[in-house]
Amino acid sequence: MRIQKTDWLHYYANPHRFMRLAQRLFYPLWVVAILTLLYGLYLSFQAPPDYQQGETVRIMFVHVPAAWMALFGYSFIAFVSILALIFRHPLGHLAARAAAPIGACFTLVALITGALWGQPMWGTWWVWDARLTSVLVLFFIYIGYISLWRAIESPEKASRAAAILAIVGFINVPIIKFSVDWWNTLHQPASVSRFARPAIHPDILYPLLMMGVAFMVLFFALLITRMQVEILNQRARRRLGGGV
Amino acid sequence: MRAFYRVLYSDVLLAWRQGSISLVVAFLFIALTLVPFGVGPELALLKRLAPGLLWVVIVLALLLSLDRLFQSDAEDGGFDQLMLSAQPLELLVLAKLIAHYISLIIPLSLVLPLAGLLVNIDIKALWPLILSVLVAGPALCALGAIGSALSVSVRRAGLLTALIVMPLYVPVLLFGANATQTALLGNGTIAFDAIAILAAMSVAAILLAPVAISAALRGLSE
Repeated sequence: MRIQKTDWLHYYANPHRFMRLAQRLFYPLWVVAILTLLYGLYLSFQAPPDYQQGETVRIMFVHVPAAWMALFGYSFIAFVSILALIFRHPLGHLAARAAAPIGACFTLVALITGALWGQPMWGTWWVWDARLTSVLVLFFIYIGYISLWRAIESPEKASRAAAILAIVGFINVPIIKFSVDWWNTLHQPASVSRFARPAIHPDILYPLLMMGVAFMVLFFALLITRMQVEILNQRARRRLGGGV
Repeated sequence: MRAFYRVLYSDVLLAWRQGSISLVVAFLFIALTLVPFGVGPELALLKRLAPGLLWVVIVLALLLSLDRLFQSDAEDGGFDQLMLSAQPLELLVLAKLIAHYISLIIPLSLVLPLAGLLVNIDIKALWPLILSVLVAGPALCALGAIGSALSVSVRRAGLLTALIVMPLYVPVLLFGANATQTALLGNGTIAFDAIAILAAMSVAAILLAPVAISAALRGLSE
């Protein structure tokens, strides 16, 4: 049983086999991503405005799923990095590398929509709220990770260093989260982060979940596209004899 | 164990002879001198900012010193020697970390009273500040060394290393500055909870970092 499992894992270590799988998944993923995104957006505009926050509450339907994907993206990178290190699986490094800019973009979207939402709600674009601060630090971790990939020329060395960084960062993210929470509650108790949060009404929850699903499918659609591009790039480079 | 002491001794000696200790100390003073130009010379304001400022400047000084940590060994083949050694690489890396601590954190904490004068630090906050720097030092060295080891194959990696390491420093900086701030507000009481968390971070970092660093360094020779 165990052997079969690793066989399955190594079956797709061959980029040709992976490309065949990716091509089969490409259109379905994109079609589902676009349809769920459109439907999610439609639901978001159908949802009733909040009695306190008015129409601005709709920012939440982008903001919250983006924040989910920011965390998911990093966890995904760490997970495939561990797989890549343990099984020496080239696809793991490839997936981690392809996922990093996607995750960073979701993080940036979460930060920007957070600022846009914060302006009418808190009267300022940025507050050192515990959650915002830890998302900002997460964004910096993404930037460091991407920069490391770009800085090291040899792909083997880069993939190994990046995988180690991904794991070190993954251990650190909860510590950062915990310490920032601790710091923030110490500095400004009960101002921003403690909204009297009513239980989420289904009218709002349903579009939110729909957008979450849409973002998740979008993540994988983008991921598989980026991985295909990367493999094609490698092929082109090989054919050109190490150039480019 | 002899190899362990050998690496420790030669690294401290090298740091001393090459003058990197005096460089870091000089950086600490120059960076602090810039602060009053930026925020104005009001002593009351400086007093309020002092613990945080000192912490930020110490972290910056450490970041600047990181690229020397593994770079020279990578250039002159010192690593190949370490890798060929019969001792586990993790142990020798630990020796390098301890050497870094001795040759940077300890001199920095020794000059802190003097540096604190520049930003009008409250005497009450001085001892807690030095204590928190000494306790947080292993975590700072270990996390910094991870960044340094990961980017060792990059030429002019200073900025990259800083980019990688700075997010990792956030928790240490938070608790370190908080320990000093508490001392300032509370008439010199030492914030033992913050110090304890710093100590926990240091222990965890010093245990885990050599593993990550060795893994990174082994990747270089493959």
